[in-house]
Amino acid sequence: MIEANLPLLVPLTFLIPALLIPLIGVRAPGAAYPLALVAVLASIPIAGFGLFRVIEGGPVSYTLGGWEPPIGIELVLDPLASFLTLVVTVVSGLVLIHARHVASVEHPDKRVPYYSLVLLLLAGFCGILSTGDLFNLYVFLEISSLSGYGLVAIGDKRSPVSAYRYLILGSVGTGFYLLGIGFIYVMSGSLNMADLARILPHILDQPAVLSGLILMVTGIGLKMALFPLHFWLPDAYSSASSATSALLAPLGTKVGAYILIRVLFFVFDPAEVEKRVPVASVIAWLSAAGVLYGSLMALAQQELKRMLAYSSIAQIGYIGLGLGMANPLGFTGAVLHILNHAVMKAALFLVVGNMRVQLGHSNIVAMDQRLSRQMPWSMAALVVAALSMIGLPPTAGFFSKWYLVLGGIQGSYWVFVAVILLGGLLNALYFFRVVERVYLPMRRGLPSQTIENGGPEVVGSREASLPMLAPTLVLAGGLLVLGLASSYLVNRVIQLMIPAGL
Amino acid sequence: MEIEFVASHNLYWIISLLLLVGLYGMLAKRNLVKKLVGMNIFQTSIILFYVAIASKRNATVPVIDATLGSADPAHYINPLPHTLMLTAIVVSVATTGVGFALLISIFRRYGTLDEDALLKRMR
Repeated sequence: MIEANLPLLVPLTFLIPALLIPLIGVRAPGAAYPLALVAVLASIPIAGFGLFRVIEGGPVSYTLGGWEPPIGIELVLDPLASFLTLVVTVVSGLVLIHARHVASVEHPDKRVPYYSLVLLLLAGFCGILSTGDLFNLYVFLEISSLSGYGLVAIGDKRSPVSAYRYLILGSVGTGFYLLGIGFIYVMSGSLNMADLARILPHILDQPAVLSGLILMVTGIGLKMALFPLHFWLPDAYSSASSATSALLAPLGTKVGAYILIRVLFFVFDPAEVEKRVPVASVIAWLSAAGVLYGSLMALAQQELKRMLAYSSIAQIGYIGLGLGMANPLGFTGAVLHILNHAVMKAALFLVVGNMRVQLGHSNIVAMDQRLSRQMPWSMAALVVAALSMIGLPPTAGFFSKWYLVLGGIQGSYWVFVAVILLGGLLNALYFFRVVERVYLPMRRGLPSQTIENGGPEVVGSREASLPMLAPTLVLAGGLLVLGLASSYLVNRVIQLMIPAGL
Repeated sequence: MEIEFVASHNLYWIISLLLLVGLYGMLAKRNLVKKLVGMNIFQTSIILFYVAIASKRNATVPVIDATLGSADPAHYINPLPHTLMLTAIVVSVATTGVGFALLISIFRRYGTLDEDALLKRMR
């Protein structure tokens, strides 16, 4: 009974409380947070069971209203969808535990709409992950986008401007996606992904189908901030509140990457498409440029949150590189990197949240050695996450880059291998710039007598409180666990996701 | 031949033109309200595209009852794109609403809706 309904269950656990919160919040604003937290925590076991069930017994399909596909709308949980659903629920659960204090400090008067929007965003994400219908995906995409615009607008003084830019560019993206579906629907008469996968090989030579694909990929590229369609991202992430960016940065662009995987590898046949238009190669080359651009821009930033936003563009580039290689190893690396980047970006943004709440700033220039004594645990989490971003073993980041490099070698994409390695070096540069300030004695900036006295003055602890610290440390520790478990993950889970066409 | 092709697809040319007008408005106009107008034109062109692909000459609503529609399915208009566009219209209205809410918020904070003036005041 429950098993058959699994694909619908996770989006519903978010959607129903999302609509209840504004109603209850009128009377009891304090109830908003507990309700949101219960919803997210309840979704984790459901998503976990979903993944378990899919791995054991194959994909689960649910037909809305009992209308049989391809006429009716179908929700499907396959290994890829159920795996990413679990990632989304776990990461958002940890971020939400952390968010309580951040939200009450950064925007105390907006708690009710805030948590309602968060749940709508997650409902949209999980809907995108579990739907088996292209138009239904568009609807969920708009649900998550609209709540995303609202969430970005709850932030510092500049946030409405950032949110407005995000809205305009986001609408272009979803508009292109919708137009692309229109082209494909005209030619095929179907919107169901599984049905389209059967029809499309016969009509792939039609220019309208290929134009539809290009329009869709352009639209998705805007949503996932694929270089050079990334302009909205740095402003949106850096002016949103810390709790929002900790939610949007790890998950938002990853869901975009998922749509790209779904359309490019499951609906279309990448090898056949590549013979007609080089979509995958273009994605790979743009991503390679994105890795370098994002890393170089991150190097130039003076504010930690903005640096992380640019580094997100670079990390999206890694995912795009793996997908663009269009071979099983590259695909494995890309999926693993979706997971790893979600965890490490969440950890980093939670550290920024801790700094913003405890110190009132997250300025790289103002960081110094005192921080390592004031916030020892947060800074330790920062270091672990930074090592993972650079890709040093045994952290998780090493293994996804390892598979990406293997994929590059397998396909003889030597330029991409070089870009991945160079990107790692640039990552090391911009993170060591931060870590150096925190852990190594400063030669400048500190009062001179502290250096003469043989060390900085003793400073009291300003470490974040436990509800904020615990999720940060869990995510950072998770990076080590994921690193150790990565071969198990690849063999047991990701192996099942590799599409037949690769 | 070319002229015939253009003439027989005149609706799609108008839709493409609308799409470009909308995109131009969204990306090139410096006034934020005009950007929103551009967005609406852009979305309307997509809606028109869907409506256009479903329509057909001398066809009627897909109701089996001969007194209301037609008993012959060959005379039906494909209802699915129209239904899809109901959703797209709702989305478009919602996006416009969020956009205007953001514009109000921007105007209250910065006192302008012109992008150049805004950039100056944001520094």
